[in-house]
Amino acid sequence: MALPEALTGAGDAPRPDVGPRRLSVVPGTGDRVFRGLLRGSGLSVLAIMAAVGLFLLLRAVQALKVAGWSFVTTEQWQPDVHHFGIAAVLTGTLLIAAVAVVVSVPLALGTALFIQEIAPARLRRTLVALVDLMAAVPSVVYGLWGLFFLQGQVIGLSRWLSTWFGWIPFLHVDGAQADQPLSTQSVYTASTFVAGLVVALMVAPIQCSVMREVFSRAPAGEREGAYALGSTRWGMIRSVVLPFGTGGIIGGTMLGLGRALGETIAVYLIISPVFQIQTHILQSGANSVSSLIALHYGDSSDFGMSALMAAGLALFLLTLVVNFTASSIVARSRSGAQSEG
Amino acid sequence: MTVMLDKPDTWAPQEPAPPQPATTVVVRAATADAAASADAAAEPVRRRLGGRARQEGLALAGAAAAAPSLTSLLFGQLAPFSGGIGFAVTGYVVFLATYALLVWLEESGPAVRDRLATVALASAATLLFGTLVLVLVFTALKGWHALPHWNFYSQDMQAAGPLDPISVGGILHAVAGTLIQISIALTVTVPLGITCAVYLGQVRGRFTRFVRTIVEAMTALPSVVAGLFVYATWILILHFQKSGLAAGLAISVMMLPIVIRAADVVLRLVPGNLTEAAEALGAPRWRTVWHVILPSSRSGLATAVILGTARGIGETSPVLLTAGTGAALNLDPTNGPMMSLPLAVFTFIKSPQPAMVERAFGTALALMALVVLLFALARAIGGRGPGQLTERQLRRADRASRRDLARFRTGLAAPAAPTPAVAALAAPAPAAPVAPGATAPNPHHSSEPEGA
Repeated sequence: MALPEALTGAGDAPRPDVGPRRLSVVPGTGDRVFRGLLRGSGLSVLAIMAAVGLFLLLRAVQALKVAGWSFVTTEQWQPDVHHFGIAAVLTGTLLIAAVAVVVSVPLALGTALFIQEIAPARLRRTLVALVDLMAAVPSVVYGLWGLFFLQGQVIGLSRWLSTWFGWIPFLHVDGAQADQPLSTQSVYTASTFVAGLVVALMVAPIQCSVMREVFSRAPAGEREGAYALGSTRWGMIRSVVLPFGTGGIIGGTMLGLGRALGETIAVYLIISPVFQIQTHILQSGANSVSSLIALHYGDSSDFGMSALMAAGLALFLLTLVVNFTASSIVARSRSGAQSEG
Repeated sequence: MTVMLDKPDTWAPQEPAPPQPATTVVVRAATADAAASADAAAEPVRRRLGGRARQEGLALAGAAAAAPSLTSLLFGQLAPFSGGIGFAVTGYVVFLATYALLVWLEESGPAVRDRLATVALASAATLLFGTLVLVLVFTALKGWHALPHWNFYSQDMQAAGPLDPISVGGILHAVAGTLIQISIALTVTVPLGITCAVYLGQVRGRFTRFVRTIVEAMTALPSVVAGLFVYATWILILHFQKSGLAAGLAISVMMLPIVIRAADVVLRLVPGNLTEAAEALGAPRWRTVWHVILPSSRSGLATAVILGTARGIGETSPVLLTAGTGAALNLDPTNGPMMSLPLAVFTFIKSPQPAMVERAFGTALALMALVVLLFALARAIGGRGPGQLTERQLRRADRASRRDLARFRTGLAAPAAPTPAVAALAAPAPAAPVAPGATAPNPHHSSEPEGA
């Protein structure tokens, strides 16, 4: 220690034991109260979050006891005759989320790279604000847009896809008559595909802002190194920004997936619910756990409500797993390392 | 990796060796300077760095002109194509191909790839933002008719039957309900959320990490689950009615993790030297938090709260299960059903009547306007990193330090007065928590705070 004796406060007498001093902090009363307050708030937040799972479980037990394992395998939803399960709605949820993620990730990735790497600095702040605004547009507005505008536009695309790629099982549409120009179009509406497109629009901003944030932390030294070696901008992005941001890309994607799994209103407005495993994503008829809850919460008996709680619990657990995975991937990757304060 | 900046001409025609280097090398000015290269050694010409070459713009314009022409030729004359989306997609592919061809005439491989990637990224952004604009414009166009009717804002739906035209009834009850519910939610989430965010930043330990993990996982809590939770506890177990209060609580459960996470990110941006300065002056932890950390991240915290509010206002599903639907204006959150704007949209849209659909779009437009307003507010307040002050705050800090200086001088002049440092510590001026020396924007912290 280079400080003079008087400053270190070690006293007048030279101490015999030379070594690192033991530092101990004795917090004052104010600090103890303060710390207790903080800890209390942390505890209560934790308690609220735990209560969400706990009470759902508590209410769901009644239905789960009756259904047993058939809860996971039954496609129908008729809780009043004790014949219900989430096989159809869970598959539907996963399919809608899958469509959403497949569509949204390229868009979000491209937009994030554009904002962070290509857009001029004065445009960047505006674009970042716009992305935040997109994330806050109420889902019911997206739902209205999807129902009244997008649905009509997508029919042509759906028909084209099912006509030329109908041999791929999940793009097949039953009852489609591609060679009949006057045949009904309604087989292509209210499908998983349309719902997935709308949900994609809703999750893309979230993914985009996570990815952009991670890209912005890519070390300047490595960027400049790449440029100094003569790299083009795209070469720099490929060799520095993307490898650095891999964790953020995966994490952002999964956060978006979590949102997509739970989306209710937009999906509810668009789909026409079917209670069978519907893997043809272009075909009319789809379902999801959250829209099932929105559809049935009003007309359910006590037992039906318990069954809905069980479905909600399944959704809750699913999103929890996805989000945990996402945040641990982001935290473990190099890009999750916090920048120095 | 080969770097041959001194002999660009020998390099330009060859592609790099098959195992392509991660970083590709290109010399932009090679072709442009090729003619002048002979006398370049004798008379060094200053090269233009950065900016846009004229060829880039010309190639873009050429491709943009060629794409629609060729596509309409394909669609109209040559191939059996049809449809609007098909035209756009084919046009885009033709555009990319033409652009690649034009660039390739003048530049080398890596540069062509760079230009193509730039165009592709820009078009992804254009597509995303274009769709946002489309959503907003579509809602505005459809909802426009409802807005000029004054009764739309001043009445509730009590007097309006299902077949009544738009000139009867309005959304007053929904506006009032939204404001009441969001006030309840803010009363719960702002104190609890910000305290918890401070906790995550100030207290270290395994438990803190656990809380942080849980909060992060909960940010994507499906909003319908938040509604179900309040329904299960507040209504089924405690036997309360569906009410505005229940809806406010459901919104709180949904908003809480969002606010905590956003506030946590903002608080972590507070520069370490500010807190260390406070601690070096002997301030206890709570004073450091109260006088340094919170004030210096005030704008970021406001932004975090406002963004959370915008999310909370727009969510339908927690309200759907807990608020109950009614047509009458209800200002009492503890009693009776209370509508809110998203729920009103949802209720209107269930009816096939054109007037109801019009009302739904009008309400959606009002909701959008509210969200955009909140956003504008967030941008006006926030957007500055901690330690970056506005002109007015800078002047205030300047005045405060001048006062301090004057006080120190008088204190030094009078020999019996206490040491100035101790005097300053005993009465910390709350008006100027940030030491004026720290007001210069620090390059590491000048990036905008994260709003997500």
